[in-house]
Order: sequence, then structure tokens, then C-alpha cells
Amino acid sequence: MKVNGTAHKVGDHIDTDAIIPARFLVTTDSKVLGDNCMEGLEAGWVKRVKENDVMVGGVNFGCGSSREHAPISILGAGIPVVLAHSFARIFYRNGFNMGLVLLEIGDDINKISDTDNIEVDTANGQVKNITTGETIQAAAVPPFMQEILDAGGLVEYGKKKLA
Amino acid sequence: MGQTLAEKILQKHTDQKITEPGQIVQCTVDMVLANDITAPLAIKSFKAMGAKKVFDQDKVSLVCDHFTPNKDIDSAEQVKVVREFAEEMGVTHYYECGDVGVEHALLPEKGIVGPGDIVVGADSHTCTYGGLGAFATGMGSTDVGAAMALGETWFKVPPTIKVNFTGTPQEHVSAKDFVLNQIGQLGVSGALYKALEYSGEVVDNMSIEGRMTIANMAIEAGAKVGLFSVDQKTLDYAAAAGFSGGEAMTPDADAVYERVLNIDVTDMAPQVACPHLPDNVKSVDETAGVKIHQAVIGSCTNGRIEDMRVAAAVLKGRKVDPKIRCIILPATPTIWKACMSEGLMEIFMDAGCIVGPPTCGPCLGGHMGILAGGERCIATTNRNFKGRMGSLGAEVFLSNPAVAAASAITGVITNPSKL
Repeated sequence: MKVNGTAHKVGDHIDTDAIIPARFLVTTDSKVLGDNCMEGLEAGWVKRVKENDVMVGGVNFGCGSSREHAPISILGAGIPVVLAHSFARIFYRNGFNMGLVLLEIGDDINKISDTDNIEVDTANGQVKNITTGETIQAAAVPPFMQEILDAGGLVEYGKKKLA
Repeated sequence: MGQTLAEKILQKHTDQKITEPGQIVQCTVDMVLANDITAPLAIKSFKAMGAKKVFDQDKVSLVCDHFTPNKDIDSAEQVKVVREFAEEMGVTHYYECGDVGVEHALLPEKGIVGPGDIVVGADSHTCTYGGLGAFATGMGSTDVGAAMALGETWFKVPPTIKVNFTGTPQEHVSAKDFVLNQIGQLGVSGALYKALEYSGEVVDNMSIEGRMTIANMAIEAGAKVGLFSVDQKTLDYAAAAGFSGGEAMTPDADAVYERVLNIDVTDMAPQVACPHLPDNVKSVDETAGVKIHQAVIGSCTNGRIEDMRVAAAVLKGRKVDPKIRCIILPATPTIWKACMSEGLMEIFMDAGCIVGPPTCGPCLGGHMGILAGGERCIATTNRNFKGRMGSLGAEVFLSNPAVAAASAITGVITNPSKL
């Protein structure tokens, strides 16, 4: 899958309360969760997002609570890919399970500025900063997690195991 | 090569030979947990997988503790989904009514989790049971939904950081201070993807409640688990709670650690995590005098009977500043009852505290103590992220119960030894 959109930089240690505050956790509806994405960072944050935009986090993106509502709200906002220096553990599993593409690019996040035009090839983890012309290679997805992705996510993987 | 506690417990739950950190292993699980926020999504995934029954009716716990007593129509609808699922599946451990407590205080107390177990929960503070020597970790709802159906899940074997607590703590310094200090040293991502293993004379002498307070906050350093050895104290606690099984367990002498962190607690003052991250830790004296509007004493971190006793000892014969909302939430019905029989409730009420039912409530900005813009709260909870307890313009300081109680009395952050 190739994703082309605007980069939205959000900084280090973005916690899941910032991604989707607890007051919105009274629904499992991805549209409602998406409409309130990053409401814990800045009121009305999501208004800047267009379909297929890319979120760019810093260190430890997605730390805190285990709420799966966090990746669902990012997907619900129309963002299919998050690039970060690193991801928090529970969020990383959740992202894959929900079909949100998460790519670790370490210090190369500094090669992306807010509102840069970014193209991501999710198949090979290659990130092109169209604005600056630079290319970034993301760390490979762990093989076992790739298996879950290839199965079509954890729900499909579970379906096969139960069949 | 010797094994760490994490490796030992994982090894008991898999046929694969564990050789090194980073290895992916498929393990059976002893308990699968979800709450009123995370269970509805887990149930959605469980059904989407085509699962018809849970793998074991006695090994699934559904605890409606976050927004209960239901704060609004939407949360009532969510709990209804969980209740109907529990009935349909015949889940033994379903809690919602007069028997409900904060999940991570409730499950150990009821002997539902215990030493040597693997527990996965759709709640990041599932790591609390590491205090009992259980490999317990938080996951998302779909992982937990899959585990409810399959009775197994996958883990990446974590490298381990050993934390040695030595020395003799001063008065009003306890488990919460040790763990806040450790998070301050490691940073909120310092143990990312790793196991923390605690040892040293301080933890040997510590109660199981104290160990659970420390294990509870393993996630605040990014860790997968926070583990304690299983000693006689653990076995006695588990047996008294009605847990069957469990045996003494220590790491091998030649276990391999990624890093060893030594913390001498002798000169440690009470610690306070300042806004807006749990690793922004200072000594109470550096934060003394900061004006507060609210104090919260409770949660899966510090809502156990020991914590209530500590708060009561500070509040006894004193009055909460009349402009301060001092909210006390004993974490389970059993703790609530103990507060009554031990006379703590009278102390709390005489001091002018607000005592509420067991609930996670204000900790996550759910209900029962939400902050307005510009307000500050000192809380015995575990997270002080921006907006965590309400407005994005509010601030949360994390402390032990003695500091929270002392601050409620004076209206400013206060070292209890200076009252």
C-alpha cells in the first residue's frame, strides 16, 4: 500500500490519554472516536487532518493505557500510518491488531517537519519526504507480527485458529 | 544459562525451549481480564473471530470498575454489553454490583490470580500481579478477545532490568516513593519492552500490598512486567486469599540481566511526580508549598488497606483544608469494610474527607473528581499525563498516601513529617 499525505508532528511520549481521552471511551464506534482523535493533545486537533495523512510521533509513541480505542481513533480520523522514533509496547501490538501501520524510524523523524508532504510504501517500509526529497528506511516489522498482518490482522488470525 | 523470573514463568507455560530475549513464544494463560471500557471491544473481536465460547469459564474475569457506578447512559450501555456477554458465556468472575472493586486490588484479594500465573488483561496496570510473582501484562482488547477464545497468546521474551532496593527507609517513605524514584531514574521509556525484576532487603521486608504498588507502576517506565520473587510471604498471602497452587520461585543465580539498577532508599524523602509525566520526579521538599485544589487517595496503585491506614494516621485529629476536596476511594468492598471496622471511616469523615465507592473514577478522568482548568490535584494514582484527570489546563502530582493526606490538610504540597 502506498500512502501519500501531509505529515502531522506530535512530539515525544504521546500517551493514549492524549490520543483519545477517557471521556470518549463510552463507544466503540470508529467514526466517533476518529472525530475526537488527539483531543487530549489539543482541542479540535483533528480538523487539520485529511484522509491518508501521516502522523509523526517522537519517542515512546502511544504510552500509557491499553485502550485499543487509541489506534481505532487514529484510523477513524483517516490516518493509516504512524511514523515514530519508537512505540510503546501495548500500543504497538494494538496498532498491528487493528491494521494501523506503525513504522519505527528512530532519529530520522528529524528529517520530517510538520506539514511536509510524505509518501509511505508500507510494503517495504520506505518513507519519502516529497517536500525535502529525502528518503528514510523504516526498521523491518518483526517476522511474527508480519505473519499477523499477512493473515489480515489478529481477528482473521484468530478465526483461522478457531476454525 | 540461568533464567530470570520472566523467563521461568514463560517457560512453564510453553513447550518451546526459551533460550534468549527477543524469542517469540506461544504461551497458555491462567487468567484473562477486561474491564467496562476494554471488554466491549474485546467482545466485538471475540465475536468477529467466530468464537462461540470462552476457553475456560473460570479463567476469564470481567470487572466493571472504571465508569461504575455507571456515570451516564453510554457507560451503562457498555456495562450492559459486558454483563450480557458474561451471562451468555457463563463467566464465573463477573463483578459489577456490591462485589465490585478496582480490578487490580480485587483479583489478588479474591485469590483469582496468584504466584507463577500468566495473566493478560485489557488494562495496562495488569502488571500489578507481578507483586505476587505472576507474569502479568496489559494488552489491547483484541489480543485479550483472542486469549479469551484460545486460552493462549504470544509473547516476545523480554530482556530484564534488575532493580535492587537496599537500605532502611525513613518515616513516611514507602513503596510508592521507591517506584517513583525508580521511574525518575529510568525514564518513562527506560524499560520499554523489558521486564523489571525487583530484589534487595527492602522488598524482602515489604508487604505484598507494597510489592503490588511497585509492580503496578512497571508500565510507567514502559515495562512489560514488574516481577517479584515468590517467598513465604507471597505464598501465605495467596493461600489466605484462597488461591490454589503456587510455589516459591527465585531467579537463577546466573540469570542474565541487561542492566542492574541499585537504589539505596536510606536518604530518600517522599517523592512527587510533577506534571505531566510520571518520570518528572522530585523530592517532596522541592515541590512543597505548591497550592492544590484536590487530593485523591485510592486506585489500583494505592487504594489498599495499608494505604488507607497510612492516610488515616496522618488525618487523625486533623481537618482537611475546607477549600480542598479530599476524595478517598477504598479500592474494594473488603477494604471499605475494613476501613469501617478499624475506625478509619470515622477519622476520614471527622477530617472532612469525601469517601466514595470503589471505582477507578477520577484516576483516568472518568468521574467522581474531574478537574477544571487551572486546578491542581495531588493523587496516589499512577499517571499525571496532561488532561488525565479532566481539563487539559489541570495538573496532577503523584505521591504516596501520607503526602496526599498531609497536603489535603494544609492545601499545599506538604511533607507529612513537617505537619
